[in-house]
Amino acid sequence: MRYLVVLLVGMLVGISMFVAALIYNPFMADRRLSPLSVADAEVMSLGYTNVASESIVFTNDGESRQRPHPAKVLQLWEAPIRLTSMMTTVIQDARGQTAGIGVKFSSRSEKTRLLNGEALVDSAWYIYLPGRGSLFIEQSENFWPFIREVAFPAWRSSANKWKGTWLGDMTAGPGALGTARVTGGAGNLRGLDTTGVESLSARAYSADDGLVSAEGRLLVELPSIVADDDSL
Amino acid sequence: MLKTFIIGVLLGIAAAAGALYAYPAVDQHREASIVAVAPNGGNVESFHTNIPMDRIMVGAPGRKQPLPPGMQWPTDEELSGIRMELFKVRNARDVVIGVASRTSASDSDVIDWVLHLPARGSLYASMQKQALEGGLRRGGITAGSREFAPLKGFMTERWVADTSGEQDAPSGRLQLRANYIGEYVPEDEEELE
Repeated sequence: MRYLVVLLVGMLVGISMFVAALIYNPFMADRRLSPLSVADAEVMSLGYTNVASESIVFTNDGESRQRPHPAKVLQLWEAPIRLTSMMTTVIQDARGQTAGIGVKFSSRSEKTRLLNGEALVDSAWYIYLPGRGSLFIEQSENFWPFIREVAFPAWRSSANKWKGTWLGDMTAGPGALGTARVTGGAGNLRGLDTTGVESLSARAYSADDGLVSAEGRLLVELPSIVADDDSL
Repeated sequence: MLKTFIIGVLLGIAAAAGALYAYPAVDQHREASIVAVAPNGGNVESFHTNIPMDRIMVGAPGRKQPLPPGMQWPTDEELSGIRMELFKVRNARDVVIGVASRTSASDSDVIDWVLHLPARGSLYASMQKQALEGGLRRGGITAGSREFAPLKGFMTERWVADTSGEQDAPSGRLQLRANYIGEYVPEDEEELE
């Protein structure tokens, strides 16, 4: 009996050691340098608030950490969309001026492999920029570095909160260099086929309510013919 | 005793690694796709959204009763010509399988639809604003992700009013019909020659 108890205690210690190694492994899913930040091409920078309560509309299954906003919005409780969230938000240009409206669809990805440091979310953006046109951005985002460096420390703290400065690229694909695929729809952006990267800048996070203060940024690479357009 | 403890530790590490490897962290619920073969090639899939029950948001300036209640649509002048709607999307069996956005703008000649089906991917279609005969709108599939990435084709939109007269029936449905045409990819070099 004593040996069985010791064996079980040993197994619990082993599981704890494995989880600790997974979280603190410095070689796993480190924040890479964005390929767009070292490219010569011109980029379009679009910003938005990444806090549910500051968006126009945010909805999910209603049981997740981030609460739907406004409170009476229709929730995504049906089984096929239960792991999905939607956010409509104002899009700002690089100067912080209103540039358009965007909607982001996010679903947890079945390609998630925690062993490899991949907590993936499949997401798609639709952005309408008046006077310029529309963009469709499809990507896989890896939240593992965020979970490891922000969400886990918040959960571990006695106040269930994290405060600090965290900046990371979320986009992990489908492009080979970890870039998103961007397609232009209407207006001057029609026919655009390029790449982009989404990054997240977090300053406060609550283990109970999710992001408290955070901004997102989308960088879209512009081919020279589009970059010369004054409206952009 | 120490040996038993060490064996337990190793077993624990192996069990945790094995469980993470064997069991998927995310398992999306799937509904079987209902796809038919089109008479002149390609495949056809129908979606619809019941109005008003599947409508999540109607974003447009100057609405007296915002949907959802309490929503504050931005009052910026730049955005005054935009109307954006969000819906739940159903398949031909009337089961919710995804979500969608429909956007029109006064300075644009198209209506953009984005369908997001979590287990399959996303689909982006731009339709002509001007409706054809019978209230039909038609447009090309501009882009897609995952399952829809290699597909081209077109999509139509049509408003179908409810005529059932049932008490709980929707006022109607926005019917979407996607015609997919896959791109032919030769399997070997001989076919390329």
